[in-house]
Amino acid sequence: RLPEHVQVDDPAALKKLAKKLERQQVPLRSDYGYKVSLFSHLHQYSRKSPPTLQISIPATVIHPSIVRLGLQYSQGIIAGSNARSVALLHTFKQVIQDYSTPPNEELSRDLVNKLSPYISFLSQCRPLSASMGNAIKYIKKEISNIPSQCKEEEAKGKLQACIDSYINEKIILASEAISKYAIEKISDGDVILVYVWIHSERKFRVIVVDSRPRLEGREALRRLVKKGIRCTYVLISALSYILPEVSKVFLGAHALLANGYVMSRVGTSQIALVAKAYNVPVLVCCETYKFCERVQTDSFVSNELDDPDDLIVTRNGKSHLENWQTVKSLGLLNLVYDVTPPDFVDLVITDLGMIPCTSVPVVLRVKNVDQ
Amino acid sequence: MPGADKETDLSERIESFLSELKRCGSGAGSLRGSAETARETTALLRRITAQARWGNAGELMEIIRKEGRRMTAAQPSETTVGNMIRRVLKIIREEYARSRGSSEETDQQESLHKLLTSGGSSEDNFRQHFTHLKANVIEAINELLTELEGTTDNISMQALEHIHSNEVIMTIGRSRTVEAFLKDAARKRKFHVIVAECAPFCQGHEMATSLCKEDIETTVIPDAAIFAVMSRVNKVIIGTQTVLANGGLRAVNGTHTLALAAKHHSTPLIVCAPMFKLSPQVPDTPYNHTKLKSVDTILYIHILSKVNAHCPVFDYVPPELITLFISNIGGNAPSYIYRLMSELYHPEDHEL
Repeated sequence: RLPEHVQVDDPAALKKLAKKLERQQVPLRSDYGYKVSLFSHLHQYSRKSPPTLQISIPATVIHPSIVRLGLQYSQGIIAGSNARSVALLHTFKQVIQDYSTPPNEELSRDLVNKLSPYISFLSQCRPLSASMGNAIKYIKKEISNIPSQCKEEEAKGKLQACIDSYINEKIILASEAISKYAIEKISDGDVILVYVWIHSERKFRVIVVDSRPRLEGREALRRLVKKGIRCTYVLISALSYILPEVSKVFLGAHALLANGYVMSRVGTSQIALVAKAYNVPVLVCCETYKFCERVQTDSFVSNELDDPDDLIVTRNGKSHLENWQTVKSLGLLNLVYDVTPPDFVDLVITDLGMIPCTSVPVVLRVKNVDQ
Repeated sequence: MPGADKETDLSERIESFLSELKRCGSGAGSLRGSAETARETTALLRRITAQARWGNAGELMEIIRKEGRRMTAAQPSETTVGNMIRRVLKIIREEYARSRGSSEETDQQESLHKLLTSGGSSEDNFRQHFTHLKANVIEAINELLTELEGTTDNISMQALEHIHSNEVIMTIGRSRTVEAFLKDAARKRKFHVIVAECAPFCQGHEMATSLCKEDIETTVIPDAAIFAVMSRVNKVIIGTQTVLANGGLRAVNGTHTLALAAKHHSTPLIVCAPMFKLSPQVPDTPYNHTKLKSVDTILYIHILSKVNAHCPVFDYVPPELITLFISNIGGNAPSYIYRLMSELYHPEDHEL
């Protein structure tokens, strides 16, 4: 079944969504600005009109911490798949805490129903990431596995513990495991190129690559400098200039797809391509909870379109794109993700060890058998 | 004395041209297109020919070489200046040879043979005086100027041969040649253009708004999305700052990534470059990049001292990644560039 957020060009699907949201009393968010025709199947929202504007205060259907979380997502205050998943899980803990089973209802079924409008609301604020999808699936499964004779307090306690252990194992400890494996791969005197944030301690130089419009590299740069690592900072267009000096490239991933493609921040595939041309090894760091059963071969069919106004910039007092909405044939494209083919990636470092890109379906299968 | 006045006037003009060149490089002056620089250089060389004191071709070439060295030193990245000087030197040689009655062209074709047999510099050292040499040289320079004025139009005229309807064309940054090329094609055909903005100066934005004025469907993408959208692109058309002797390019930064992405998707890469951008330089790393610190990329002042930031202006693109060169004299493969160069410049002028 095709997810709703890639069927924006289908009026029947849109109608269905509108009906569902109306039933759940969740506001429908409208698209903003001219959409490039290649992406007419995706949503394009503006940061200036979050769906929280359409909710009455106090919200009756949606829990206030969910509203806050949704706002944080849509404004980009919480960004990055790990941060979003952790925030989501903490908010669900709060929701479960405040939940009380209505009479004649079973917790295992009612709680899941209660969560559905929250999830719809959050996906209206910002489309769910693969990691968030996996986390939600896990929670729903845990909830439906609660035996009916379990008392409410006990059930709630169990769920909270489950969520805590999920966060701990899959996210925090996984990052540490990945760092340990990654450190093995770094030798003294290496020059590493990063497009995302990692932590470790050998003596090496780091080159941070950044790209407009998000410029997330600056945060990574700040943290690295704090740790006393020698850093260099470039924009992504300077890639071919800087790559001859680089010994290894470390990339992060948003999700790993079942056909071995790596879905991550836009620009990653470009870095992998140019690194391949210069014969520099490319290593991707990704926790296993981000592995996903979807398959995708290009960056068009399923992606996210960010606020197009972010591309506007002022140089020398002039911003050429300021009134882009009034110009008839102009479109701005602010893609969030892209997919990197597996032949550009040399190694994937996960909490289970170091695997090649094509072993993702094996890991998924093992995980499913475990569960 | 009229002679002295002319000389001081001439040296003043040369000085002001040099300071213009220096200012352009530091970004303080107005950004001029290479065509304008080429025209101004040629006009200045014509003035030197007309007003400087010289007795024979050899002296004129010395003067021009001297001034030429100063001009290229003022702004090494602006190679059109050096190219025009070499063109004019070639013109002088040709006019001299024509006045002498011998044909210089056979000499060129047999240059390899000459190298093997004579092994020394040519016995002709341009010392003979010809009365009409000055007029001939000035006339030839005028022809060169007319050619320069028509370059953009000549390139745009070929647009319809290369762009069909409903195509998606990608370009990077801002090139006046490519702009004129696309606008010419847009008069008769409908197609879509994707412009990579080319941070940090984001000249792609200007290009996009300019193309939209002609009702061309344009999309602006950040540089990071080049590979992501390349699979839907039919052709990549770019301009360049210089065409090097081996058929490679020195183009705005980000072009190498664009070329690699195009190669990966087997998308043709077409370079629109007028002949005056052809330079006898070979790719040589120290000269390839002008380092410029862009203030905007450095946000946290307190870590500025602990961090190196690099902001190269140009990229080198090797000839294997290029499919076609479109110039004012037609389309050429990169492997043919060396031949065109031997027709434009004399081998002894490669080093000014």
